[in-house]
Amino acid sequence: MSRPEQIAPPEIFYNDSESKKYTQSTRVQHIQAKMTFRALELLNLQENIPHYLLDVGCGSGLSGEILTEEGHIWVGMDISADMLATALDRDIEGDLFLADMGCGVPFRPGTFDAAISISAIQWLCNADTNTNEPKFRLARFFNTLYSSLRKGGKFVGQFYPANEDQTIQITGAAKVAGFQCGVVVDDPESKKNRKHYLVLQAGTSDRPLNVDGMDVENMSKPGNIKESSKLSKKRAKALETKKEYIKRKKILMEKRGKNVRKDSKFTGRARKPRF
Amino acid sequence: MKFLTTNFVKCAVKSCDGSEGSFPLKYENCQLQLEEQDFNPEFIVSMLERLDWNAIIQVASDLGNNLLPSQKPEDIDGNSEMLKDLHSLLIETQIIDGEMVCRNCKHVYYIKNSIASFLLPPHLAK
Repeated sequence: MSRPEQIAPPEIFYNDSESKKYTQSTRVQHIQAKMTFRALELLNLQENIPHYLLDVGCGSGLSGEILTEEGHIWVGMDISADMLATALDRDIEGDLFLADMGCGVPFRPGTFDAAISISAIQWLCNADTNTNEPKFRLARFFNTLYSSLRKGGKFVGQFYPANEDQTIQITGAAKVAGFQCGVVVDDPESKKNRKHYLVLQAGTSDRPLNVDGMDVENMSKPGNIKESSKLSKKRAKALETKKEYIKRKKILMEKRGKNVRKDSKFTGRARKPRF
Repeated sequence: MKFLTTNFVKCAVKSCDGSEGSFPLKYENCQLQLEEQDFNPEFIVSMLERLDWNAIIQVASDLGNNLLPSQKPEDIDGNSEMLKDLHSLLIETQIIDGEMVCRNCKHVYYIKNSIASFLLPPHLAK
């Protein structure tokens, strides 16, 4: 799968034609809607009460439309002017901001009940110009996000990490900012449909909408376990002996239908020294 | 941009964090529009506690409205007239074009087509 992050910075990649293409594609619409519903499910906001939400990387408002449908009032920010222009054409309800999340979330403390972000925060890991440093941009984003949320406010952000290092980088920055932090991985077996959700909570709260804070943390565990097992598999490969290596390769070749000698007591044994 | 948002947005420059002038911003040359929205009393009630009423008065006078009460209205649950007034002020009043100026660093943020631009030039972005 091609990654737009590797092609150009977001404000350039999502130009006029790309924004329209992105917004009109029914496949993108479907996936975005599904992920927004999932993010809302993870947020577990109190039902039937309108909330004040922030949508980071709102783009043309595909996710915002769903927030409106659910009765919430929202504010969206995005760095691509063309995406926002597409949003204007589509008569979106929320307020739109042309802003770079790496420069911070420009809202005073205690503004939002919660925040969501769909397919955006992986862009923070990019260094597009010589002046932006992912580490500082991530820190600035999470610090200002933390302060703009109310006490006990939550953030759910679906993102596409390029590799595990990025996940660690992002969660690390969120933890430093003071969030309780976890990653929920949906569909971990499928490479194509696997979706990562960063789940953050700013402090604890006795308000009912946050009772499931523990629940969210538990859900993040499968993702973490999976990551660790994957790491250990790689390490195990590096640590295996010559004999184990030969046996593994023989099994593999047998599976592929090659002619493989039977194992004997001499298989993979070191020869005796000659001189 | 809704009038409600002016009660939350502050200067994005890092050196303005925590300074008194960074909130509320000063609004200049603004064009307003009244846009009808669904009346949502629960939302107004839930937002009321986190509104900074002094900032509301300040911004409203920037925009040419000096008729607001000097105290934050309280006990508005049943007061449907007050709720309607707040609704038309906070949700239906939209800023279409204008300028927002930070009182601390004097940086000007422009609002065009009701989109506020908070992109910072490179020397302020760090």
